Amino acid sequence: MVDDKKILEVKNLKKYFNINSGVFFGKSIGSVKAVDDISFFIKKGETFGLVGESGCGKSTVARLLIRLLRPTSGEVFYNDINIFKIKQSQMFKLRREMQIIFQDPYASLSPRMTIGDIVGEPLEIHRILDKKSRINKIKETLKIVGLNPEHINRYPHEFSGGQRQRVGIARALILEPKFVICDEPVSALDVSVQAQILNLMLDLQKEFNLTYLFIAHDLSVVKYVSNRIAVMYLGKIVEVAPSEELYSKPLHPYTMGLLSAIPIPDPRLERKRQRIILSGDVPSPINPPTGCRFHPRCPNAQEICSKQEPELKNYSKDNQVHLAACFFAGQPIK
Amino acid sequence: MNENLDDKILEVKNLKTYFYTDNGVVKAVDGVSFDLKKGETLGIVGETGSGKSITALTILGLITIPPGKIESGEIIFEGKDLLKVKINNLRHFRGNRISMIFQDPMTSLNPVFTIGNQLIEAILAHQKISKEEAYKKAIELLEMVGISDTKRRMKNYPHEFSGGMKQRAMIAMAIANSPSILIADEPTTALDVTIQAQILELIDDLKSKTNSSVILITHDLGVIAKYAERVMVMYAGKPVEFASINEIFYNTLHPYTLGLLGSVSKLNEQKKERLKPIKGTPPSLIDLPIGCTFAPRCEFALKVCKQSFPPVTEEVPGHFVACYRAKEFLNKSLSRE
Amino acid sequence: MYPFKENKDKIKDDSRIDEIIEDSEIIEKEIEKKYSKSSLYKDAWRRLVRNKLAMIGLAIVIIMAIIAIFAPLIAPYDPNARIKEVSQKGPSLQHWFGTDILGRDIFSRVIYGSRISMLVGVVAVTISLAIGLFLGALSGFFGGISDAVIMRIADIFFAFPYILGAIAIMTVLGPGVLNVFIAIGILGWSSVARLFRSSILSIKEKEYIEAARALGASNTRIILKHILPNSFAPIVVYSTMNVGTAIIVEAALSFLGLGVQPPTPSWGKMLSESLNYINTAPWLMFFPGLAILITVLGFVLLGDGLRDALDPRLKR
Repeated sequence: MVDDKKILEVKNLKKYFNINSGVFFGKSIGSVKAVDDISFFIKKGETFGLVGESGCGKSTVARLLIRLLRPTSGEVFYNDINIFKIKQSQMFKLRREMQIIFQDPYASLSPRMTIGDIVGEPLEIHRILDKKSRINKIKETLKIVGLNPEHINRYPHEFSGGQRQRVGIARALILEPKFVICDEPVSALDVSVQAQILNLMLDLQKEFNLTYLFIAHDLSVVKYVSNRIAVMYLGKIVEVAPSEELYSKPLHPYTMGLLSAIPIPDPRLERKRQRIILSGDVPSPINPPTGCRFHPRCPNAQEICSKQEPELKNYSKDNQVHLAACFFAGQPIK
Repeated sequence: MNENLDDKILEVKNLKTYFYTDNGVVKAVDGVSFDLKKGETLGIVGETGSGKSITALTILGLITIPPGKIESGEIIFEGKDLLKVKINNLRHFRGNRISMIFQDPMTSLNPVFTIGNQLIEAILAHQKISKEEAYKKAIELLEMVGISDTKRRMKNYPHEFSGGMKQRAMIAMAIANSPSILIADEPTTALDVTIQAQILELIDDLKSKTNSSVILITHDLGVIAKYAERVMVMYAGKPVEFASINEIFYNTLHPYTLGLLGSVSKLNEQKKERLKPIKGTPPSLIDLPIGCTFAPRCEFALKVCKQSFPPVTEEVPGHFVACYRAKEFLNKSLSRE
Repeated sequence: MYPFKENKDKIKDDSRIDEIIEDSEIIEKEIEKKYSKSSLYKDAWRRLVRNKLAMIGLAIVIIMAIIAIFAPLIAPYDPNARIKEVSQKGPSLQHWFGTDILGRDIFSRVIYGSRISMLVGVVAVTISLAIGLFLGALSGFFGGISDAVIMRIADIFFAFPYILGAIAIMTVLGPGVLNVFIAIGILGWSSVARLFRSSILSIKEKEYIEAARALGASNTRIILKHILPNSFAPIVVYSTMNVGTAIIVEAALSFLGLGVQPPTPSWGKMLSESLNYINTAPWLMFFPGLAILITVLGFVLLGDGLRDALDPRLKR
């Protein structure tokens, strides 16, 4: 059930990474504009998808939202609390409500800890429950994510990728968070296992009324789980819409190109589809193009596109919100 | 079935590649048979551990022996059984008559040599022409794969190329000697979606230009749907279904293929239909279960399935499947609803 | 509060219950066959045990340790007792390794000498570890200026040839067993620091460290619970081999007269004392030299074996 309350709000978030050179004291010779002024909000109970290709900044966004990184500028509000303005100790308490599931099931679990230790670590860090009750809670959580609680003393390398991902989910959920960031949680898994994990995540969301920020590069996966989707390109959000509408009525040429590039497992449909193949490579976030970042690859680009940056505007007629940052939003690709 | 034998450019018969490790024998490829027709794109679909990459590496003779061992089988190409050719002589085929595009372009290019250098090397390895002529050919190849500013690019090192360009460079090296067969092993897994589309279109394009056949190895059913003409689905080292593209998608006869199709969300699906994943996890290739390797995860498994691996049957002409219940899928008395 | 109990009944979709049963059945079979009790250490131990050379090394180390500990019980004579009648006698039934010019039993002296050597190994390496781990952690974890400074100092230590450095330090500290330990310990910290630092650097950005941070773990916790257990392998290997080095350096220092003072038996000192008698009493050099050789070899073989056993890449 999606609330109208905003559980998370991001305002003008920017994160630039300085590139330093020099042996002792690095001189800044440029910066990677990983996230360049993005704003959005997430409603309580919804799944907000964030999609984009490599270099678009989505992983950086994930880390900013839980204060694993400090922004260059901008604000992030969790339940109206500005997470960058509070003290470390306050943030520590907030961490119980905001959790993250990582992409790589092989790298996100410490190889030398048992899964019981891994899943139980949040309890230890936040000093919840005494030792005996902790073990029970760990076993409960393991069961909830579909793992056998008797395996509590096994090590990660004894499990398959899909099971390790379940361990990661258990770790994220044991503190009973309200908001979970999922950073490409299924990208590293086999197709058949992906489906298991996605279904699990949807079930857990329903049961515990979680709010998800679902980050991925695979638009079909994102569409399956999300209510609304934001498309990122080179550090900027170029389109935001409800997932159905994003697919059926994409407004931004990049979104159209992205949708077109995703192959559909249906031969008749695939061979009939109109293909929009975007030319060129994804440019480097160190020297983004002037004006609209997408204009060098855009089949519809005009002169204004290289001079001015388009703002996110709402193009939806009804109550819905469908934002796009394009001077020619909605125009079909030539 | 009208099989024009001249049509077949490659025939693999009962190929078995095992790896002898400290933990046991890994039966990576366990009885693979298929054929490749001239000018076609054959898709090999499977997940991790299915054996699809090892099959390709075996065809090219790139298996490390030991611990690998090609237990049995035949690979018939241009009238010769490649498994009987001396290892040293396989060089003449590799990169020349049969080429491979690898999965990860980041690690498949030598970082200390320029792209031009590596391209020319690939050309000169098989063509007796002068260095200048090879240089000209290299430029042509780079243009063919869509790399602009070729003269400058020849002098670039791999790290100066983007992921997509590195893959294009690899493709250029692969087609340098006009191979009859191009094997693309997950050519797009390491790339972004929009670049993937470019690369796949490129391979398809080049296929017609150079008159080669393509073996497209992937786990992505969407890619298969678009580019493959026939498909072989592999599971735990064995092929479980082999048919034309439409047959595989619209007349699926094997529970594993059905499971795969049910696990993938389609972009165009209107209603949010719940995915139907396959339960359980892929087996270890060392301790394969007796009987059908898929039986432990199969919702239609019968007693006989756990006793012996089902024989391959041809329920529909050209559509081969290894399942005791294939007939029931065929006449729709069984389905996954 | 998550209403765990109520929701268990509400689970209509049995995808999860199914998976518990299926997964556990499948995994159970796979795992039970291979691992009796799950442990990365047991895994490494099995690999180590299979390595014959490493086992020889381990045996040597254990035997030497026993000899060192129980020296008074094993040595037939007091190592410092001078028995005039048997001076300069070659190996015999009463004196297995012969005697030196002062009539001291070489066998007993070699036995007691093992104490010095083993002690050097343990104490010096411990000092190196203590300094190295601490500075390596500062350097690797916090980076920045402390990293630059510490690494440059480590470079200076590296540039010094080991023995020269030891000599230099000993001339400052003065001779004596304790000072030998300190000198060797100080010299060894830079390698440990570098090893630990590079482990930290490679692990620092790994996702499980990010996960720990996201949970709110403190830096100390991250270093002790996450980084250290995952990086001790190269340090263990290096330290084991370093014991061998320490023994040789001690022998060299004692040889040069900077280490152990007479009459304490030390293999290096014994070698030094045997120089004048190479032709007349070769056994005076042979046995201490052999002792050094075997002991160092033991540590090296063990360290080598540990490296192979602990290498995570060899795991499935």
